[in-house]
Amino acid sequence: MSSSPESSAAARFARIEALPMRSVGAATGLRPHELWGSVRAILSHREMLDLLIRRDLKARYKDSTLGFFWSLARPLMQLGIYFVVVGQFLAAARGIPDFAVYIFAGLTAMGLFTEIVVGATGSILGNAGLVKKVYVPREVFPLASVGSALFNFMIQLVVLLGATILVGKPPLHWQIFYAIPALAVLVVYGTALGLLFSSLNVYLRDVQYLVELGTMLLFWASPIVYSWQMVSEQLKSFPLLLDIYTNNPLTLAVIGFQKAFWVAGEDVPQPSDLLLRLTIALLIGIVLLFVSHRVFLRLQGNFAQEL
Amino acid sequence: MTTPLTTTPAPEVVRITNVSKRFTVRKDSSIKERIVTFGRAGRKHRQDFWALRGVSLDIHAGSTIGLIGHNGSGKSTLLKVIGGIIDPTEGTVEERGRLAALLELGAGFHPDLTGRENVYLNASVLGLSRDETDSKFDDIVAFSGIGDFIDTQVKFYSSGMYVRLAFAVAVHTDPDVLLVDEVLAVGDEAFQRKCLDKIRSFQAEGRTIIIVSHSLGQITELCDRAVLLNAGRIVYDGDPAIAVARFRDILDERRIAEDDKAAEGEPAAVTVEPRILGAELEVIGGNDRGEVIPGSDIRITVDLESDLPVERWRCAIQIDSVLGTGVYGTTSDRIGVHPTVLQGRRRVEFLLKDARFGTGKYFVNISLMDDAGRHLDDARLACSFNVEQYALSAGIIHMAPEFVDRGEPAS
Repeated sequence: MSSSPESSAAARFARIEALPMRSVGAATGLRPHELWGSVRAILSHREMLDLLIRRDLKARYKDSTLGFFWSLARPLMQLGIYFVVVGQFLAAARGIPDFAVYIFAGLTAMGLFTEIVVGATGSILGNAGLVKKVYVPREVFPLASVGSALFNFMIQLVVLLGATILVGKPPLHWQIFYAIPALAVLVVYGTALGLLFSSLNVYLRDVQYLVELGTMLLFWASPIVYSWQMVSEQLKSFPLLLDIYTNNPLTLAVIGFQKAFWVAGEDVPQPSDLLLRLTIALLIGIVLLFVSHRVFLRLQGNFAQEL
Repeated sequence: MTTPLTTTPAPEVVRITNVSKRFTVRKDSSIKERIVTFGRAGRKHRQDFWALRGVSLDIHAGSTIGLIGHNGSGKSTLLKVIGGIIDPTEGTVEERGRLAALLELGAGFHPDLTGRENVYLNASVLGLSRDETDSKFDDIVAFSGIGDFIDTQVKFYSSGMYVRLAFAVAVHTDPDVLLVDEVLAVGDEAFQRKCLDKIRSFQAEGRTIIIVSHSLGQITELCDRAVLLNAGRIVYDGDPAIAVARFRDILDERRIAEDDKAAEGEPAAVTVEPRILGAELEVIGGNDRGEVIPGSDIRITVDLESDLPVERWRCAIQIDSVLGTGVYGTTSDRIGVHPTVLQGRRRVEFLLKDARFGTGKYFVNISLMDDAGRHLDDARLACSFNVEQYALSAGIIHMAPEFVDRGEPAS
């Protein structure tokens, strides 16, 4: 602050005079500068996004003694149940070598998607206090859920890598690069759906329950606790159905993930042209992300009054 | 009040052009209800409500603007539209400079995080970068007076500490435009004083402040311009004292309209309860515009009526300032007059001699009471008078001031 209030006021006026007038609120149009403007608004709030992610992570297990262990407890428990019940009792493990690694690779991939979508869907409602009182680009709230989901995913990934070393088959092969498009598909689709559902959920609270049902359906619609080979045998006479099943972007991502980390499954039959399929799914996902961002921007104008 | 730099024209910071906002009130909010009431039937479940209608406003840097109006007049909606929290249905809002909204102290404080973590988060929500927060962090803690508790989770804070910390963050964000919604009403007196002091120094630094408040005293005290909204439209825009007076008129009209509505429902009473028919006010020895000057007399004539005889009764007057503060009051009882039985019509008169009021508008309330002081009838704001502009002082009483500079005291 300068020497006297008057001179600081004069300096302030001069500075304000030099600034251009800008429209208040989010740009919702489709002209290039508006498209860029909505992205730039998010980029300029990355520090806040970072703090929100930290807040989500810190607040979640703040008063629990074991802290982050609990974010691992659920997938480990799932692993145990599926390994014993599905793998041994239902004998799904028979055709799948290193069944535990196989399940955990799928669980990790699917867990990321589920956590992104479920977390993002409730994010606007969960931050109602902020949304109603201050203007920030509202995309930061679902994006913060994506960030904290990615953090938990990283922890699980470390555990997964540990497991592969434990069984003596670390993923030191070229297929490890399948993890990159698979991860991209999971994040892009998760973010697209998360943005869409978080904005719809403000208007219709039923959406969060639908999302929970939907993620459960998607979990069983992907080869996580059973193998793709089992499905392809069942659907041998219905190639169209098999195509539909296989080209589910989540199924592709899960298979890609298993290909990357499940070394024992190198000889197991898998869908052809996986990389091409993943690339197409990714491109469609990016279009979907764009569309859902536009929908989000349209709907966010009335968030404050609907909450 | 005078703002610095009235010589150079201040740049515009906010430009509101023809803004309207429609709220759609729905009575159904689940999918089931939405589907059941789809289409034509759905329209019956919707109700449109215009919170703002064609509002245009230019706000210049360095001014302090009060938005006033009764509940539902659209003042908070307007503030939210300026803050970008609600998008207008029609029209545009443009602005420049850094804008901070002090809409609710501590909005977004997370109870499980420590004070330090919340300071960083809240500062970034209000638009401060991490480096800026780093450099101001010590100032923020010092201003809040939180001390060592800064590393304690805020859920263990007392409500006073919570508010102090939130306010400290908000005022250290260096805003060009500050939006304030009723927050000055929180905290103890010392804290409120601190808030007001900070707002005054903001004014001196050429920051623009837009305030929504129900405290009309605050509006006239702090603002150099006031905007009166009624049913979503701007009714008056200008001098705060006049805006506040106009606001009182609107409140009064509403009260009368409500009274009329209530009266319509009832059948006309055969017997007339004791009531005040009307009142007139006359300024004796005022200036040529009929305004009261120091030393004027004020005569208030009141007409009363009652069909039933009222044995012992008294008449009371109270003079209120524009802000609704009682300034003066007296009753026939106090004066020592015990009028005879009231039956039929009666005219009584109060003569207030040598009135010495401060500049402004004053309202007279009249009450008819029985012996025990129970109100038989009240005429709120029955009449009013204006007091001539007196440049040497402000406030509700008149005194002729003098100022003498006697130099260094001889010790």
